[in-house]
Amino acid sequence: MKFDLDWGVFFHEIPGGGDRYADLLASGIAWTLAVSASAWVIALVLGSVIGTIRTTDRPWMVRLGDGWVELFRNIPLLVQMFLWYFVVPEFIAPLKRWVVQADPAHAQFLSAVLCLALFTSARVAEQVRAGIQSLPRGQRYAGMALGLTQPQVYRFVLLPMAFRIVIPPLTSETMNLIKNSSIALTIGLAELTFRSREMGEYTFHFFEAFSAATLIYIAIAMTANRVMALIERKTAVPGTIAGGGK
Amino acid sequence: MSFDFDVIGRSLPYLWKGFLYTVELTAIASLGGLFFGTLLALGRLSPIKPLSTIAGGYVNLMRSIPLVLVLFWFFFLMPQVLQLATGGERPPQIGAERTAIITFIMFEASYFCEIMRAGIQSIAKGQAHSAYALGLTYGQAMRLVILPQALRNMIPVLLTQTIILFQDTSLVYVISATDFTGAASKIAQRDGRLVEMYLFVAVVYFVLCYTLSYTVKLLQQKIAVIR
Repeated sequence: MKFDLDWGVFFHEIPGGGDRYADLLASGIAWTLAVSASAWVIALVLGSVIGTIRTTDRPWMVRLGDGWVELFRNIPLLVQMFLWYFVVPEFIAPLKRWVVQADPAHAQFLSAVLCLALFTSARVAEQVRAGIQSLPRGQRYAGMALGLTQPQVYRFVLLPMAFRIVIPPLTSETMNLIKNSSIALTIGLAELTFRSREMGEYTFHFFEAFSAATLIYIAIAMTANRVMALIERKTAVPGTIAGGGK
Repeated sequence: MSFDFDVIGRSLPYLWKGFLYTVELTAIASLGGLFFGTLLALGRLSPIKPLSTIAGGYVNLMRSIPLVLVLFWFFFLMPQVLQLATGGERPPQIGAERTAIITFIMFEASYFCEIMRAGIQSIAKGQAHSAYALGLTYGQAMRLVILPQALRNMIPVLLTQTIILFQDTSLVYVISATDFTGAASKIAQRDGRLVEMYLFVAVVYFVLCYTLSYTVKLLQQKIAVIR
């Protein structure tokens, strides 16, 4: 194989099936987006809860939150992927029965989503905690002085501010999540990187296949970036530098 | 369901070899990445437009695609590029282990670049001005005044990035290199002991990374006191 580039290869038919290679990549994109989006929703909810409890005055909650973050931050994502796919079902009998008779793609999808969601939740939690702690402590005291309970202080005073502050770091976590979803190929999930390698192996046009995957990842990252920037503008706090007030 | 944790003891020598490769890869990639990353950072901050555009483009490209895809890019295409460069008959065989080292240096350079750029930009302007006023050239000012301070300020961040790199090196699995995870996975599949091996790998990584990041935290507090 030499560098004889053929950009028409995407429209060649796959031997044995009516699909073209472009369809192969498209199905990869769909899996990448499905895994990333599902994991993102869970990570955001879970990460917000964990990050919030790390700033409360209950020591056991703080310890639980800290332990959660340390656990998921200090094991390589690849190893976590293996744990979810190969190890966890061995300890949960009903899950094991389901995995054995289910469509492999479903089991891979479930493992990948859980793995990425919990991994990302630890990182979101760290950002949310930093966001809450960056607020002047007078805000918490002011809430308490008004007679709000601790949950009310969080609900009406701290979290609405903290979430707006953490949007920029959450943007980069979104990008990381999309990139990390490629690690799901190690358990056989046919996402974008998996499909581009597969296309390279079928056609020996690795250069074209990887170029396409690279461009698609950049496009997805840029779209996510734009969406988050829009949310950031819509939610900017008036009177701050970001809000453009005086 | 029965477990056989003896499999770990039986395969320790093989796992140790894999672990040494992981450490070697981490060390080479972090030092190489720091070196090229610093050059990239100087490029990005350079007033010479084409230089800063190229360095910025490289860094942004590397940071926007998954490491797995970067590994594939280098693994499948490096033999071809080397063949073009050397003009040989057939593509040279350089092996997964060496491919991984080159890939990680190139990939980490983009992450270390951003750290060093922040480090350089955190130095007060007066430092550069006084260096030039003393008659130092650009190279001397960077080497003797700016970079030592930038490096020192950024040590905790650089170490944290190195811990992340230590974890990320496990991804050489996708090109079948035998690092710590790769070795464990080969034994796990040969002996059908996935649960035992992967739990063992997870515990080892956790203990190491937790200890290291705790040490970095202590170091950070110490450095913060001095300033």
